[in-house]
Amino acid sequence: MTDAKMVLMANQIASFFETQPGDQVAGVAVHLKDFWEPRMISQLKTYLGQGGEGLHALVVEAGQAL
Amino acid sequence: MKDFIIPWETGTGVYDDVDRGTPAKTGKPVTLTIDGMEITVPEGTSVMRAASELGIQVPKLCATDSLEAFGSCRLCAVEIEGRRGTPTSCTTPVHAGMKVHTQTEKLRKLRKGVMELYISDHPLDCLTCAANGDCELQDMAGAVGLRDVRYEAPKSGVLANHFEARNTSGEANPEWLPKDDSNPYFTYDPSKCIVCNRCVRACEEVQGTFALTIEGRGFDSRVAVGAENFLASDCVSCGACVQACPTATLQEKSVIEMGTPDRSVVTTCAYCGVGCSFKAEMQGDQLVRMVPYKHGKANRGHSCVKGRFAYGYATHKDRILHPMIRDSIDLPWREVSWDEALSFAAKKLVGLQEKYGQKSIGVITSSRCTNEETYLVQKLTRAVFGNNNTDTCARVCHSPTGYGLGQTFGTSAGTQDFDSVEKSDVVMVIGANPTDGHPVFASRLRKRLRQGAKLIVVDPRRIDLLETPHLGEAHHLALRPGTNVAVVSAIAHVIVTEGLYDPTFIAERCDLDAWEDYKAFISDERHAPEATEALTGVPALTLREAARAFAQGGNGAIYYGLGVTEHSQGSTTVMAIANLAMMTSNIGREGVGVNPLRGQNNVQGSCDMGSFPHELPGYRHVKLPEVRRIFEDTWGVALDPEPGLRIPNMLDAAVDGTFKGLYCQGEDILQSDPDTKHVAAGLAAMECVIVHDLFLNETANYAHVFLPGSSFLEKDGTFTNAERRINRVRKVMAPKNGYEDWQVTQMLANAVLKETGGKPWNYTHPAEIMAEIAATTPSFAGVDYALLEEKGSVQWPCNEDHPDGTPLMHVDGFVRGKGRFIVTEYIATDEKSGPRFPLLLTTGRILSQYNVGAQTRRTENVVWHDQDVLEIHPHDAENRGLRDGDWVRLASRSGETSLRAKITDRVSPGVVYTTFHHPDTQANVITTDYSDWATNCPEYKVTAVQVSPSNGPSEWQERYIAQAEQSRRIEAAE
Repeated sequence: MTDAKMVLMANQIASFFETQPGDQVAGVAVHLKDFWEPRMISQLKTYLGQGGEGLHALVVEAGQAL
Repeated sequence: MKDFIIPWETGTGVYDDVDRGTPAKTGKPVTLTIDGMEITVPEGTSVMRAASELGIQVPKLCATDSLEAFGSCRLCAVEIEGRRGTPTSCTTPVHAGMKVHTQTEKLRKLRKGVMELYISDHPLDCLTCAANGDCELQDMAGAVGLRDVRYEAPKSGVLANHFEARNTSGEANPEWLPKDDSNPYFTYDPSKCIVCNRCVRACEEVQGTFALTIEGRGFDSRVAVGAENFLASDCVSCGACVQACPTATLQEKSVIEMGTPDRSVVTTCAYCGVGCSFKAEMQGDQLVRMVPYKHGKANRGHSCVKGRFAYGYATHKDRILHPMIRDSIDLPWREVSWDEALSFAAKKLVGLQEKYGQKSIGVITSSRCTNEETYLVQKLTRAVFGNNNTDTCARVCHSPTGYGLGQTFGTSAGTQDFDSVEKSDVVMVIGANPTDGHPVFASRLRKRLRQGAKLIVVDPRRIDLLETPHLGEAHHLALRPGTNVAVVSAIAHVIVTEGLYDPTFIAERCDLDAWEDYKAFISDERHAPEATEALTGVPALTLREAARAFAQGGNGAIYYGLGVTEHSQGSTTVMAIANLAMMTSNIGREGVGVNPLRGQNNVQGSCDMGSFPHELPGYRHVKLPEVRRIFEDTWGVALDPEPGLRIPNMLDAAVDGTFKGLYCQGEDILQSDPDTKHVAAGLAAMECVIVHDLFLNETANYAHVFLPGSSFLEKDGTFTNAERRINRVRKVMAPKNGYEDWQVTQMLANAVLKETGGKPWNYTHPAEIMAEIAATTPSFAGVDYALLEEKGSVQWPCNEDHPDGTPLMHVDGFVRGKGRFIVTEYIATDEKSGPRFPLLLTTGRILSQYNVGAQTRRTENVVWHDQDVLEIHPHDAENRGLRDGDWVRLASRSGETSLRAKITDRVSPGVVYTTFHHPDTQANVITTDYSDWATNCPEYKVTAVQVSPSNGPSEWQERYIAQAEQSRRIEAAE
C-alpha cells in the first residue's frame, strides 16, 4: 500500500482514540496489533524510522510500542 | 394453494402442514365440544381452527390460516347448540362449554347449495387445469358431495357467467376477461376466480402492499390491480396472492408448464439475510416451485420475489460445469479434469509460497456458501497454507457491526429474533431499505406499523417504508450522506439532556464510569440538534421529536443496514446505536434491541465461522494461545498467532508484489468491491487466482483456475441468518458440477496437502464438519444436525447453558458483563464534495435484483430492472440540462461511468443514488478506497461526484465489456 494510504488509515484510528477517555496511546497500539497484518506494521515502522511525516502524534507514540 | 394433497416424506424437515383455516391465537384455555369430542384451545381461536386441531376439517374456501377470517363463502357454516342459524365457523370464536356440530343434514344441504352456485360460474375443465389435484374448489366439490349443477345458460344465448369467452351464438361474452400473463412468474385467469378475496387479503395482511382490490359489486365483483395488468401495477410479485389462491386463478407458470410436484423438501433461501424457509417442491430432481414454509421461524410462511421465484439461475445456461485452467489471463480457458485443475492449482499455490513466502497467498470465503463450507475455507488457509489470510464479503458490509457491537455488548450479532418486531412500539430504521433489501422482514414490520407502531427513518433517501399504507406517526430524518454519527449522537443528546434515559437500567446493567464519561461528552451543546442541523441537514425540531418518540414510545427497536456500516465512521455509528439502546433500556426483552439487517444469506454465519483474518471461529482473536490450542489440537498443526490480511490489504499487498495467490469462493470482488480499477490492478498482479463460482463472474476475468460451484439446491449444510438462526440447507438435486462446494474445497486442500506431504482431510458429510465446529466453538457446542431436524432451526448461542438456543440476547446481563457506553465524536470523512465533484453519491439495492446480480440477472427478474439508473433531484437535473431517461456521465476522483438518469425527489438536492447490480455500469468504478477507521469496511455510501450529459456508455465501459468477452473465451474441447 502507498505510504499516503497507510498514513491515512493509521491517522483515522488515532482520530478515534483521541476522543476516548483513558490511555489513548495504548488504544491505538492495541488496535494496530489486533487488526494490522505484520507487513502493514512493518511498513508503518519503516515509515516511522524515516521520520513519520504526516502521522498523528498518537500513532507516532503507539509506534514505539509495536 | 392447498397443502394437504402433496405426500410429505419423513426426514426432509417438513412438519404438519395442514391449513387450519384461521391463524393461531394466544390466550387462556377454553374447552368446548365439537361433534361430541372435547377440545381445549386458546381463547380467541375460531371454531374452524379448534375443529381442525381435533382432526375435523370443516369445508372452506375463503379461509386459510395465513389470513384473518373473512366469512364470505359460507361453506364453513356449522350448527351450535343454543344458537340460532348456521354461523360461519371461521368467524365464530370458541367459548367455554360450546357444543358444535359440523355435519348435519341442514349443513350438508346448505353447503351443497353453496358449492352448486360456485361451480355454476366456473369452467369444468379440471382435467386440463393447472391446479388439477391441487385445487381447493375441486376438493370442496368432492367434500360436500356435489353431483349435479342445475343452473345452465339460458337458451336465449345470453350468458351470465365469467368463464366462457363467447356465448352459444358466437358473440363475445362481456363478462369474460382474458388471462393476464404479464407477470413473468404467474398468471391471473379471471375466468377461474371465485372472488374469495384471499389474494386481496394476502396482499394486504401478509405482504402489506395493497396492490389488489375487488372492484364492482355482486356478480360484477372482480379482482383488480389498479393498472393495465399485474406487471404494470404496484404488485411486488411476492407470491402471497398465488399462495393464498384456492383455485388456478393465480397460478405459477412453472406449474402450468410442468404439472404439480410429487415431493417436497424444506430448505433455506440463498438470497438475503432474512433466511426464509421454503419447501422446494419437486418432480424427481426437477424443481417445480419454491413455496414459503409456514413453520419457517424467520418468514412465517411469507416470501419475496427473489426467494419465491428467482431460482432459474441455478439451471441457467451460463453455469460452468467443468473445471478450467489457463496459464495467463490473456489466454482462453481450457476445460480439464478435476484432477488436472486441482493439481495445477495446488502446484501453483505451493510454488508461490516457496518463492514468495508463507503469507503470500490467502482465501476469501463466501457469505453465499454454507457455514460448513466457509469453515473449511478458513481452515484451508489457517491449517494448510499456514497463515491467517482469510477474509469474507462481510468486510465490505457488516464488519463494523462485529467491531461496534463487540466493543459495547460483547458479541457480534443482532440481539433479537424477527418475531420480536411484533412487540415493538417504535421502530428506528437507520441506513436500511427493508422493502427492497429484506422484503419479508419489511412485510412483518409493516404489519406492526399498520397496528400503530411509530416509525423513525434515518436515511438520505425517502425509502418505501415511509410510503407504507395506513402508516401512523412517522419521522424522516433525511440526513446528508456521511453524517450518521452526528445525527445519532444528536438523538442521544436530546435523550440525555431532556432526562429521557433510564437511570435504573444504566445503574444495574452498564459500566458506570463509562456512562459518566459518555454522559458528560454527549451533554455538550455541540451535539445539540440545533448545532448539528447545518452539518446534517436534519431540522432540529424534526430530530428532537424523533428522539422523544424513540425514548418515550414504549418498546423501541433499532434496525440498521449498510447505510450505517459502509462509512469511514461505520464502527462509530454502530457504537452510537448501541449507546442509544442501552440508555433507553431497549435491550434484553421482546420488541426492542439492536438488529443489523445482514445483506447476504450467510453473512452472519461466515463471520461466526472465523472468516475474519484476526479471529478464529466464535470471534476469538488469533493472538490468544488458549484458543489457538483448541484448533491446533483438532487440526494437528501449529497456527499463526498474528492477524492476516483483510481484502483491501490483500489487494494492496498484491499491487506491492507480496501477495500472489488467492482462492476466492462465491464472491465477485471485481464487481462488488470499491474502486474497481484498484481491485483489477490487485488481481492482475497475482500469479494464481482461483475462482470457485457458479458463473464466470467479473473476478474470473483475472483468474487462472475456475472451479465450478454448486447451487444451494445441490448441497447439504446450514445458513445462519441475521437473527443468529441456524437453518438447514437440504440437497434436493445432485450437483450439476459433480460436487458440493465443501467437497471442492476439501479436494483443493488435499491436492495441496499431497504436494506438501500433509495428512488429507476426509469429511464425508457436512454433519461431520458441524460436529467439528461444535467441538471447537462454545456458542455452537449444542448444535448438531439431529437437533436441527428436531427443532427445525436454532439460534446461537446453543450450548449447555442454552440447549434450545437463544432467541433474545443480553436478557439478564451483557455478554461482556456490563454494557459499555463509548464516546462517539463525529469526524467528517475525507471524501468531501467541492467545485469539481459537487454532489454526493450513495448506493443501494433494488427489490428485484440481488447484490452484484450474478443470480438475479440470470432470471426473469430483469423485467423489473434491466440496468442501473442514477436517481437525481429535479433541481440538480435542471441545473445540468438533464431530462428523465437521458444518458449521464457520472464521475468521481476514482473513475467514471455512464448510465441513464431518473429524475426524482426521493433523493434530496445534492445527493444522487444508484444500484450496483449490473457489471456494464460498474458503479464501483466511481466509489473510492476510503474505509471505516476500525475495520477497513469501504465507504460506499459517500462519494463526491459530478453528473453531466453524455451520449452513451463511456470509453472505459466499452473497453471493459470487450475485455470481459475476451477473458471468457473457452477453448473448444479436443
